[in-house]
Amino acid sequence: MGTMGDIKAGRLDAAALADNFADAHPPLDDKNAVIEASRCYYCYDAPCIKACPTGIDIPSFIKKITTGNLKGSAADILSANIMGGMCARVCPTEILCEDKCVRNAEGHKPVEIGNLQRYATDKLFAAGTQLFERDAPTGKRIAVVGGGPAGLSCAHRLAVLGHDVTVFEAREKLGGLNEYGIAAYKTVDDYAAREVDYILSIGGITVQTGKALGRDFSLADLRAQYDAVFLGLGLGAVNALRCDGEDLNGVYNAVDFIADIRQAQDLSALPVGRRVVVIGGGNTAVDAAVQTRKLGAEDVTLVYRRGKNTMSATWVEQEFAQVNGVTVKHWLAPKRVIAEDGTVTGVEFAYTATGPDGKLTETGETAVIPCDTVLKAIGQMFVPATISDDGAAVLDLDGGRIAVDETRRTSVDGVWAGGDCVAGGQDLTVQGVEDGKIAAHAIDAWLRAGIATGTAAEPGAGATASQPA
Amino acid sequence: MADLSCTIAGIKSPNPFWLASAPPTDKQYNVERAFRAGWGGVVWKTLGIDPPVVNVSSRYGAIDYNGTRMAGLNNIELITDRPLAVNLAEIADVKKKWPDRAVIVSLMVPCNEEDWKYILPLVEETGADGVELNFGCPHGMSERGMGAAVGQVPEYVQMVTGWVKKYSSLPCLVKLTPNITDVRHPARAAKNGGADGVSLINTINSIVSVDLDVMAPTPTVDGKGTHGGYCGPAVKPIALNMVAEIARDPATHGLPMSGIGGISTWRDAAEYIALGCGSVQVCTAAMHHGFRIVEDMIDGLSNWMDAKGYRTIEDFRGMAVGNVTDWNQLNMNYDIKARIDDDKCIKCGLCHIACEDTSHQAIRFHQGAEPDDRKFEVVDEDCVGCNLCMLACPVPDCITMERVDDGETYRNWTQHPNNPMRKEPA
Ligand SMILES: Cc1cc2nc3c(=O)[nH]c(=O)nc-3n(C[C@H](O)[C@H](O)[C@H](O)COP(=O)(O)OP(=O)(O)OC[C@H]3O[C@@H](n4cnc5c(N)ncnc54)[C@H](O)[C@@H]3O)c2cc1C
Ligand SMILES: Cc1cc2nc3c(=O)[nH]c(=O)nc-3n(C[C@H](O)[C@H](O)[C@H](O)COP(=O)(O)O)c2cc1C
Ligand code: SF4
Ligand code: SF4
Ligand code: SF4
Repeated sequence: MGTMGDIKAGRLDAAALADNFADAHPPLDDKNAVIEASRCYYCYDAPCIKACPTGIDIPSFIKKITTGNLKGSAADILSANIMGGMCARVCPTEILCEDKCVRNAEGHKPVEIGNLQRYATDKLFAAGTQLFERDAPTGKRIAVVGGGPAGLSCAHRLAVLGHDVTVFEAREKLGGLNEYGIAAYKTVDDYAAREVDYILSIGGITVQTGKALGRDFSLADLRAQYDAVFLGLGLGAVNALRCDGEDLNGVYNAVDFIADIRQAQDLSALPVGRRVVVIGGGNTAVDAAVQTRKLGAEDVTLVYRRGKNTMSATWVEQEFAQVNGVTVKHWLAPKRVIAEDGTVTGVEFAYTATGPDGKLTETGETAVIPCDTVLKAIGQMFVPATISDDGAAVLDLDGGRIAVDETRRTSVDGVWAGGDCVAGGQDLTVQGVEDGKIAAHAIDAWLRAGIATGTAAEPGAGATASQPA
Repeated sequence: MADLSCTIAGIKSPNPFWLASAPPTDKQYNVERAFRAGWGGVVWKTLGIDPPVVNVSSRYGAIDYNGTRMAGLNNIELITDRPLAVNLAEIADVKKKWPDRAVIVSLMVPCNEEDWKYILPLVEETGADGVELNFGCPHGMSERGMGAAVGQVPEYVQMVTGWVKKYSSLPCLVKLTPNITDVRHPARAAKNGGADGVSLINTINSIVSVDLDVMAPTPTVDGKGTHGGYCGPAVKPIALNMVAEIARDPATHGLPMSGIGGISTWRDAAEYIALGCGSVQVCTAAMHHGFRIVEDMIDGLSNWMDAKGYRTIEDFRGMAVGNVTDWNQLNMNYDIKARIDDDKCIKCGLCHIACEDTSHQAIRFHQGAEPDDRKFEVVDEDCVGCNLCMLACPVPDCITMERVDDGETYRNWTQHPNNPMRKEPA
């Protein structure tokens, strides 16, 4: 443990911070919403619908904006995607729905589907309308572990279908990365929490925060106590840089830093380095880099070991970083974090190139980027320990994440999973919501089949255990 | 540079663009601004016998379409609400200051000879170039036996026109109401009464919308509304047809016409002229955008005429009239099929669903593996050449219609075997 470099709080005054962390994409007003909505051609069997992971009927909800049927519009959205409001703010639409908008083929800007989706859902929230009604109670109880997009989507749909749900969440607040991860300027005014309130207002969902699977109870406990289980655990750990100096003071996980920003009561109290190096090429790297800039860091360099086309941050996000004064450097791989007297002073990088076989190689040259803080954002990984019982793996994994079939059913009877913790997804909010929804319907079908035959879903299948929670 | 000057019913104008009798021509102040902007003429806001009428508050309603304001405009205003003497003095002053512009005075007085005999000399004294008889106003005045109440009865039209010609030597245009089944009848009556020309159309009876909160028509005056007069871009097709009907009616063919209704651009004006109009009149477009729109009207028409090689308005006036015919004269052997330009097609599917749901199931939809891997294909055997798909397609020139018949034979309905009353053997 050494001293700190130039890392301090209060680089900007309150007004500048408020300005920097305001809504990055201000909402459409009534008039512009109608004008934008009128740009939609109302395509037949529209390609944009197929490009939305939750399959929102986009032409339908947009048409309803033009006719002033805003409740119907919001219902189109939320019945396919209960987090349609958050998705409208955070979806990389440039690679999803808007990428497939036929307007592109005409050389026009695509219809601003995300902005219109936000318009319709914001209107609904402002009106405080409950759109959903619960089906007749089934008497079935389902445990949902993880209160992120996947878990809450599953919980809401199960509640609508008449089941009783208990959500177990390790953290203090629900929302998952909506609450702790998404960049602050994408979800202002406590939107994540307001959305959670809307979701819970359907009723039938009991919430237990501060309760962690693998610590406070086991999967076997849940299987014994509930008729079915859904796991929406997200990714619990951060990939290591695997280079010297990774443990020095001044080297942080970008996700932790972002969570601090999201939870800060007073952004001016948050320490930030004068010169910051962010290592990684995804969403998290961009969000961390931009938010450090917005906190007042002078020099922020985002360093990625390959070229810009392989960055998982979309071109829109890359541009957003550059517009916000982040320097983006490609083809540099971290070799070691340099410190003087235990204080971080820079990072040494090796220049890289792709060989004829497509593999990444170092060219032999190196460069040092001086800095006071290093943020690691080279990806997160699933922590299988939470789902092991007494150290023994219970669920089949695939590439380090939970293996599921197309209905999001795991290898264990009565257990479903979705969101970032499962294999084969895209690590997006909207994907988590879709997984939760699909799993809820699969669980519902399974339970109803059991109700019909009186066989499946007998609680206590196999294990006996103490009451969780 | 094309020569835009024109003469209609003996009235000369430096260009065919006139402001129609309405608020834009209500007083000297507006009219002088209009002349400064370049308008060739004005039809002064309709004058009546004193005491002047009184107007209500909230006078206009409009149709907005897809974010476009005032696609159609509706009003419940009456004729001028200023004293006759004030208007006459201003008209005289304007005409003195702008001798080269056409100043026509619109009139609406009760249906008795004495009133016309009284007002016409007063108008003539101003030096105005002509009069226009407002037989069209559909609201307020018609309840008092004027406006459309006269225009809807051909006998009255003829009688009043006759009085006007008797008491005045000024050229006389009769402004026709569209609120009638067959516009040829009042047009013939006007001609028989001695009119030098007709102008059309006046506004169409309308309720432009219902306020669903107040549960009353708009414009709403203290909770109530009334039918008004509809005008603006939405009415142009109706007016064009009426112009064409008069132009090709043997009884009125060649009668000078001043075209009115939804004219906003030089193109609109050119269409009216192609159907035989010698001048055009504009109201809504000026009320929406101000007088400066005439600059593009003049400039655009002149450039288009240059490109087409037309030196004067007369060079193309009425050129389309001969091609307006009755349905039973159309060539039934003419055959066209839709052609989709795949390079332009954006795969929206609108052509497919329009044809599939509402026409002839002639456009096949093939969905590939990727969301945007879509193809739309016309099946010639099923395509009847209605060109609905071409109209629905949002991409200009993406769907075109190709002629596929031999182009040599002609057979119209009167000759068709399916026509029980055909004139020739099939
Ligand atoms: C910094 C950052 C920015 C991002 N930005 C975007 C973006 O702009 N757009 C976008 O679409 N996606 C973005 N993503 C990805 C997106 O946030 C995730 O894909 C999404 O949140 C996944 O939802 P989830 O429910 O699977 O997991 P999470 O949101 O991670 O939620 C999992 C929840 O489970 C809880 N939990 C975990 N383990 C346990 C346990 N053992 N017991 C009880 N509870 C547990 C966690 O506390 C958490 O609340 C971003 C991700 C990050 C990290
Ligand atoms: C507010 C308003 C008042 C009008 N007043 C008269 C009038 O006093 N006399 C008349 O002959 N026509 C009157 N009209 C009809 C116009 O002269 C014109 O015939 C009609 O508006 C169609 O033209 P447009 O589509 O260019 O508006 C009026 C129209 C409007 C909108
Ligand atoms: S949820 Fe996301 S991908 Fe789907 S329509 Fe909305 S913005 Fe587009
Ligand atoms: S592809 Fe674009 S234009 Fe077509 S329905 Fe979707 S948003 Fe509308
Ligand atoms: S309407 Fe036009 S653009 Fe759309 S699919 Fe048909 S041909 Fe293509």
